[in-house]
Amino acid sequence: MTSVTMTVNGKAVTRDIEPRMLLSTFLREELGLTGTHVGCDTSQCGCCVVHVDGDSVKSCTALAVQFDGASVTTIEGLGQNGTLHPMQEAFRENHGLQCGFCTTGMIMSSVDLVKKAKEQGITIDEHYVREGLEGNICRCTGYHNIVKAVIAGAQAM
Amino acid sequence: MYAFGYHRPGSVADAVKLLADHPDAKLLAGGQTFIPTLKQRLAQPSDVIDLGGIAELRGIRAEGDNLVIGAMVKHGEVMRDATVKSMIPALADMAGVIGDTQVRNRGTLGGSISNNDPAADYPGAVVGLGATVITDRRQIAGEDFFTGLFETALEEGEIVTAVSFPKPVAAAYEKFRNPASRYAMVGVFVAKTAGGVRVAVTGAGPCVFRLPEFEQALSTNFAADAIQHLNVDASGLNADIHASAEYRAHLIKVVAKRALAKIR
Repeated sequence: MTSVTMTVNGKAVTRDIEPRMLLSTFLREELGLTGTHVGCDTSQCGCCVVHVDGDSVKSCTALAVQFDGASVTTIEGLGQNGTLHPMQEAFRENHGLQCGFCTTGMIMSSVDLVKKAKEQGITIDEHYVREGLEGNICRCTGYHNIVKAVIAGAQAM
Repeated sequence: MYAFGYHRPGSVADAVKLLADHPDAKLLAGGQTFIPTLKQRLAQPSDVIDLGGIAELRGIRAEGDNLVIGAMVKHGEVMRDATVKSMIPALADMAGVIGDTQVRNRGTLGGSISNNDPAADYPGAVVGLGATVITDRRQIAGEDFFTGLFETALEEGEIVTAVSFPKPVAAAYEKFRNPASRYAMVGVFVAKTAGGVRVAVTGAGPCVFRLPEFEQALSTNFAADAIQHLNVDASGLNADIHASAEYRAHLIKVVAKRALAKIR
């Protein structure tokens, strides 16, 4: 067992875990943060995306022990004081979901995508959003409203 | 995943020592290939040595006309870095088409070239630019580094620390990506360098290779027209469910021309 301490959604957490535990398992089973979904478990679908020190990563393709000392944000930590994050609100407004399974990963990827675009001075248009979300798969194929939601969310962020 | 011991050294020297002490250990860089491999139980290392805590493996710096990129620098950093974009924009473009956003936020230069996946993008850039691979004990010319399918010139226990890319006169990378995996079915890196024209092909064969005929034709005229009359021999190229060897041979010229068309 290895001791790991990280900040998750603003709170410090410490656990003794097996080094082979994935970050997705750590979040879901050790911390009970089941908003992070595991879809494919093979790095393809993006349902498990969380932010580590500000970058979006697939938590099924990372070991929890790698993030000792890091700051992790999951979908549960995105809104503040009971208010939805502007990107969550935009997904709701634009009906950017069908079954909802991919939604948390879509939103986490979108927030990072918009933040990076603003830092780099990139225009957030449909092309940028579709390219940027290539690591997230919606099995309902509801991409049209997802893209609409991300563009609306970007304006609100 | 099988169980393993975990180590997080703070220096390259400590990592080298850990590797020597644990002969069945493996290095963990970005983990975007290694962790899926562990999950599928395709590897059973006794120990995993995580290079994520070693500051000397990070950072991008210009050294005269060379761009030196640390082994643990992530693809997303190379894609966005201002120094890379001004010195070798083709390298930033190449990093920007590896995998997807999240893979680029974890995957590293050192991990990619040490794995030497035949369909990886970085080997094309390393050979195409005539870069030098720097390890804990020596410097290896890019061309000598990639020796075969998933094989490199690295010795037992040797760790890539950085790659030094000479600034080219002009360069471009283009790939025909597998739409599902985003790996290169064919990737071509073309560069006009101080030492002549270089054309490196990845994804098409068991290992990255140069195309001397293309290089010769492009030496007098560095433009797509110059290779119009040439054809690539399909023998020895990869054939799989995605593409036959003949199709890949055809794609090499198409992709090379697209790369040349991007040069401005």
